Amino acid sequence: MATVELTFSALPAHVRTARLVATAIARRTGVAEALLDEVRLAVGEACSRAVEAHRVHCPGEPIRIELCDESGRFEVTVTDSAPSDDLEQAYKDEDGPPVAVNGTELASLLPADTLMSGFGIAVIAALADDVEVFPSAKGLRIRMSWPAAATGFAATG
Amino acid sequence: MDLKLDHHTEDRLTIVEVEGEIDVYTAPRLRELLIDLVNKGNFHLLVNMEKVDFLDSTGLGVLVGGLKRVRAHDGSLELVCTQERILKIFRITGLTKVFGIYASVEEAKEAHGRDK
Repeated sequence: MATVELTFSALPAHVRTARLVATAIARRTGVAEALLDEVRLAVGEACSRAVEAHRVHCPGEPIRIELCDESGRFEVTVTDSAPSDDLEQAYKDEDGPPVAVNGTELASLLPADTLMSGFGIAVIAALADDVEVFPSAKGLRIRMSWPAAATGFAATG
Repeated sequence: MDLKLDHHTEDRLTIVEVEGEIDVYTAPRLRELLIDLVNKGNFHLLVNMEKVDFLDSTGLGVLVGGLKRVRAHDGSLELVCTQERILKIFRITGLTKVFGIYASVEEAKEAHGRDK
């Protein structure tokens, strides 16, 4: 198993860097070209969500990404340090986040110009074929993975 | 790539040209432009996404916000997009039912002309 770790401060400008690093390592790990856009978007969504949560709760704390190849899978874990009650905060005046996606009705469910973090997680769930979300009082961890070449980093090193 | 924005108006239809990446960092600029256009009385907007390399849910939120603003004035916000990588997030989120999405600016202008 080979692992790359990246930490960055909670600034929106760094999300693009995280996307580029994740996509580059996914390619190197042997993720199919057709899936690289999904990796880029899913990692971007996870990092955007983390940045927004940190800016509310703990702007000085860094966000961590781990990228590794394991048993023919490319796995990305994004970990933040913000209490994962931001979904409830964002929708405190609503019935809840727009979990059910239903065309026109969706627009009326949105609390503001942003689709908020719950929507980002829904997008990630649609993009990665294996997603786990671990909320806790210390932060949220999103683990997602895609199929990769069995030999991973070693094959292209 | 950074985000480049431009716009011009043809026959009551304001065409917004977007180039680059729309994400949590750049989306506020697009939001500001859409708000400014609506505040100046441009209620029929066509956003050309053909040169957009990346769009995430933050960008979607800005487009939905723009749509809500123009609809408050009986206006419209429609899109030009043929890139599968961009269309995919509209499909995932069900927003293909919310936005009119055209294959070209010309096609959108023809439809706009018919609806007037």
